[in-house]
Amino acid sequence: MIHSPMDRAAAKTPDGVAKRIRGLSDRTIAWIFVAPTLFLLLAVNIFPLIWTIRLSFTNFRVNRPNNDVEWVGLRNYQRILNDPDVWATMQATAHFLIWTIVLQVLIGFTLAYLINKKFKGNDLWTTIIVFPMMLSPAVVGNFWTFLYQPQIGLFNYAVTFFTGGDPASFSMIGDVHLAPWAIVIADTWMWTPFVMLICLAGLRSIPDSIYEAAECDRASKWRQFWTITIPMALPFLMLAVLFRGIENFKMFDLVVQLTGGGPGNTTTLTSIDLKREAFEKWRTGYSSAYAVILFVTVFGLASIYVKALNKVKER
Amino acid sequence: MRSNLMMTAAAGAILATGMTTAVVADGHATDLTLCWAAWDPANSLIELSKDFEEQSGHTMNFEFVPWTSFADRMLNELNSRGQLCDLMIGDSQWIGGGAENGHYVKLNDFFDANGISMDDFLPATVTGYAEWPKNTPNYYALPAYADVVGWTYRKDWFERPELQAEFMDTFGRVLDVPASLAELKDIAEFFQGRDIDGTMVYGAAIYTERGSEGITMGVTNALYNYGFQYQNPDQPYDIEGFVNSAGAVEGLQFYKDLYDVGTPPGSSNWYMGENIDAYRSGQVAMQMNFAFIWPGVEADENVGGGNSGYFANPPGPAGQFAQLGGQGISVVAYSEKQDAALEYIQWFAQPEVQQRWWDLGGASALRAVVEQPDFATSQPYAQTFLDSMAIVKDFWAEPAYADLLIPMQERMHNFVIAGEGTAQEALDGLVRDWIEVFEDEGKI
Repeated sequence: MIHSPMDRAAAKTPDGVAKRIRGLSDRTIAWIFVAPTLFLLLAVNIFPLIWTIRLSFTNFRVNRPNNDVEWVGLRNYQRILNDPDVWATMQATAHFLIWTIVLQVLIGFTLAYLINKKFKGNDLWTTIIVFPMMLSPAVVGNFWTFLYQPQIGLFNYAVTFFTGGDPASFSMIGDVHLAPWAIVIADTWMWTPFVMLICLAGLRSIPDSIYEAAECDRASKWRQFWTITIPMALPFLMLAVLFRGIENFKMFDLVVQLTGGGPGNTTTLTSIDLKREAFEKWRTGYSSAYAVILFVTVFGLASIYVKALNKVKER
Repeated sequence: MRSNLMMTAAAGAILATGMTTAVVADGHATDLTLCWAAWDPANSLIELSKDFEEQSGHTMNFEFVPWTSFADRMLNELNSRGQLCDLMIGDSQWIGGGAENGHYVKLNDFFDANGISMDDFLPATVTGYAEWPKNTPNYYALPAYADVVGWTYRKDWFERPELQAEFMDTFGRVLDVPASLAELKDIAEFFQGRDIDGTMVYGAAIYTERGSEGITMGVTNALYNYGFQYQNPDQPYDIEGFVNSAGAVEGLQFYKDLYDVGTPPGSSNWYMGENIDAYRSGQVAMQMNFAFIWPGVEADENVGGGNSGYFANPPGPAGQFAQLGGQGISVVAYSEKQDAALEYIQWFAQPEVQQRWWDLGGASALRAVVEQPDFATSQPYAQTFLDSMAIVKDFWAEPAYADLLIPMQERMHNFVIAGEGTAQEALDGLVRDWIEVFEDEGKI
């Protein structure tokens, strides 16, 4: 199909014309264009990954340059997998992941569903709702620390206003049982708008004609919701879960700012634990093994998930 | 003609500027960078260093990092052999790693050549900030900022007749500076949840921070005084029965009890900044904090000007000790400007500079300054500073100090704040953690 003079000129160009440009072949020119990107990819992603895997089998410590580096085989991996504290951080991470995803998907989808209804000022509401995700996690952490403050915090005041208790009688971030929920609430407040935006894109991609056909078939609103809205928005929902899952697996700044990983170890997520091993204890080999385990876990779970996502999209 | 004159004048100016630059270069004027934490004393040091710039012709730049990320940032710099810092005021615990890993320049020859004697400084600061191995004459720093944990209290509240009377009725003694840690807990409990001038106030702000070193710097003030020791005095790295002695267990239980009955709700992750805020805003009757905050307290319009008093960490059944803070100043081994950096240290060690350091709000460790007859009355907190510096103890300064610090943070926070297990279990666990570290280090 020839549409423009440019297309016509391109069609008239004989094959292999590039060979006449400084004697370079098409393939060489292609490599010249791709090479910088490839180099950057290798230098920034692949090389550090391979180097990390290599270090994970050693006892290397970056703060002991004078020490001999010994090959320790799988000892680092064995230590990590047998360490109950590591499993406790995994458990804390799983708790954080599951609850943030459940809450963010439920609330985000509900907000998207409501915003999707055409009403006056819905653009303004969208802007207001999206505001928290524009903030830095460290700022959000600081902000929620004040909200949770037992003496002057608005959150405590609101809770105790409804329960009739003393605002200073409980502390969200100081109580072992409440602290994990404190970070779930703050993260949900911050990132639900992101899920809402993805869901909104999904809902707006559903053609009105499908609903009109359903109306003609006298399908109830409830029926339309379950047989049209949910199935067609599902790939978007799953995408939101994937993004939030990966992001929250790496969650660091918000939690550090809010609880510092405490009280005790209750909110020490794997990323915080890994940072302590790598950049406070400087156990480079050990922390490399830790990072490899986390990488394999995330990569494995994400691969399985993406396969499921593709199947849903194909339906 | 006029344009010719202008050209000549411009050329002359350029030449003159070039000549000035050449003269300065000839005199080895250097841009020095000093790395430290971002806190009030650092501002005083900037002020103080202007004199050095004037005298030496060198230019001083400063790289200050907040305490919460100070160790991360600066140890990363040292470990990567970075050349950002020519001078480092590193934390006292870093001295072992700084010496053994070759981060700091050894200063013995320099001290000898320039008549700087460590005998001129407070012995505790020399041991704490400058020596490695401890108690050997191998110096890697000059004591720069003397600091120690002490207490600030609301003198104006303590002096209220109605509170005095109520306290006397309850405890049978005068409401005054506590003579022991047990008395301190009574006072904290007495003020806890009390209404003062229409505001609910609490007993004491103590260190509970989880992420860096906070709770360790706090809990040791009770542990030491109840009998905790880092190791067998006769056998290094023999820690079983010393770290987890009966006294140490009692001390840890004391700190938890103090946290439970006498601290503001929600103070589960508090360190220097949070304690200052709580005290200055009138939330607490007492605060545990390093002495560096005292000039700020005195200057505060709410709690300063005679409303506050100061006292050294009170004794416990096994003696009176306080957690050492403060730092020494070292020359970074990777600096290419070591001569100029050493010049700064030579200048900084002078008695008149040290006196000005104290006057500006710094904390000198030079005996010529702190042993002057009028020093104790020079500030309302000066006597407490002297009393506190006389009873200091410091955390491990081993190269592996971070490996020792992190489990202590975890164990202490788990017990004191999260209420997991018992004091005995926490300290037994700490012994196991530390033995593992020392085994890895090849020390045992």
